[in-house]
Amino acid sequence: MIYDTYTVFWREIVLLRKKYKSFFAGSMVSPLLYLLSFGWGLGRNIQFGSTSYLDFVVPGIVALSAMNASYNATGSSLNVSRLYHKTLEEFLVAPISVTSLVLGNIFSGCFRGLFSSGIIIIFSYFFGANMHLNGWFFVSLLLNCFLFASLGLVAAMVVSSHEGMSRFATFVILPMTFLCGTFFKVEKYPTLVAHFVKILPLTHSAVSLRAIAMNTGFPLVSLLVLTAYAVVLFALGVWVTYRVE
Amino acid sequence: MIKISGLCKYYKEVKAIDRLDLTVKPGEIFGLLGPNGAGKTTTIRILTTLARPTAGNAYINGKEVSRKKAEVKKEIGVVSQTENLDVEMTARENMELHGRLFKIPTRERRLQIKELLEFVGLTERADTVVGRFSGGMKRRLMIARALMHKPRILFLDEPTVGLDPQVRRKIWDLIRRLNGQGITVLLTTHYIEEAELLCHRVGIMNKGKLIALGTPEDLKKKVGKVVVEVPNHNETEYHVFEEREEALQFAAAMMHDVVIRESNLEDVFVELTGYKVGD
Repeated sequence: MIYDTYTVFWREIVLLRKKYKSFFAGSMVSPLLYLLSFGWGLGRNIQFGSTSYLDFVVPGIVALSAMNASYNATGSSLNVSRLYHKTLEEFLVAPISVTSLVLGNIFSGCFRGLFSSGIIIIFSYFFGANMHLNGWFFVSLLLNCFLFASLGLVAAMVVSSHEGMSRFATFVILPMTFLCGTFFKVEKYPTLVAHFVKILPLTHSAVSLRAIAMNTGFPLVSLLVLTAYAVVLFALGVWVTYRVE
Repeated sequence: MIKISGLCKYYKEVKAIDRLDLTVKPGEIFGLLGPNGAGKTTTIRILTTLARPTAGNAYINGKEVSRKKAEVKKEIGVVSQTENLDVEMTARENMELHGRLFKIPTRERRLQIKELLEFVGLTERADTVVGRFSGGMKRRLMIARALMHKPRILFLDEPTVGLDPQVRRKIWDLIRRLNGQGITVLLTTHYIEEAELLCHRVGIMNKGKLIALGTPEDLKKKVGKVVVEVPNHNETEYHVFEEREEALQFAAAMMHDVVIRESNLEDVFVELTGYKVGD
């Protein structure tokens, strides 16, 4: 099973090696835009309690960029492969388990998500942000990538058109980008809205990454919520891939 | 080798396959013929584990397809109707991916890639990105890829659709060569001459049902050996006769110029389904 998972991931590596320049450049655009507009343009002069807004917003930007990169990596490429190029068939007629196929694709998504996050972290140092990085930061980030790569996979297997995929992203991914405590605290919302936003996974990614980066306590609840999302979405991913025809 | 019994596949209200029974013998080239939407592709998709039957069973080498998926997958090669190659990868990389998916050891994999690319005449283009291949080259690469894990049965869904006549003949030769090596071939086509030239036995499908089965010669004999084409205003009438004399007698009574010729599979098809292929 590990070998099969690696095979699926291997394909991703072969493709990335071919277009590493555009991949590299492409991964930098949106993080840089977020950092420039929210971190620098909007936030440089805002004082946010005792810390700078930049320190506050960078973990949020890491969370949302990782979400977008992981989700798009599995979502759009698998959907195109299933509906347009039909290359998914090549994997479906091969004697590999559905779990390997799903895991291989999710790892490809995680890889892109982590890569994108790495770029922001490096940039943010040049912008003057202070972050506390440790193993838990990495764990939160990985869970975040894993769950959104799984979500992308589920959408890619279920949605039956490219338009459908972009609608899904508009209604699910885009709102999360702005609402989930990425640019400001969830507590600023009216209670009812805050409760709703607290159900969403990206909120917990932002909360836990921020808590670790700013050294304000261990985000146990958020990490557990992220784990639960990752497990459920992965299981759902296996199920829908098994059902796909 | 392949055995289908009582197979059904319903998509909501559409009956794509309706109680299909069929046996394909070892070592034969079997052609499934029929108009668009007859259920040929769906039959192949079920046999290659890509679709689940609504009812009935399909066996490959005695193994029930939907129950023993992993074992069945190792014994079959699949060339689907769509060009499902990775267009961003080279021919060699596409082959390597397949070899890895079927867990062929590295050394054997390299050897297989070399031999098979030579077999389909793509050695010089091994390191070209597949996106730049012509339709015929892609099709040949797909066949080479499907052979990597040495399947005993090869499924070809519309193997020559959209190809130039020269390329089609190359593909036919390739299929005959494979069959000569003992590989059983099940192909679908809606080109009648393809079935006639290539297949040992033919099954004609219409609306999810098998409506005729036999060698091309048998089927032609069934409808009659000789056909007289009579132009009638803007349409052509077809009259089929058992013997040449009957046809000549009939033709002699005609006012117009008529064409007398041997019957072909197309006539069989028209007789059986009531309309021409492609209608």
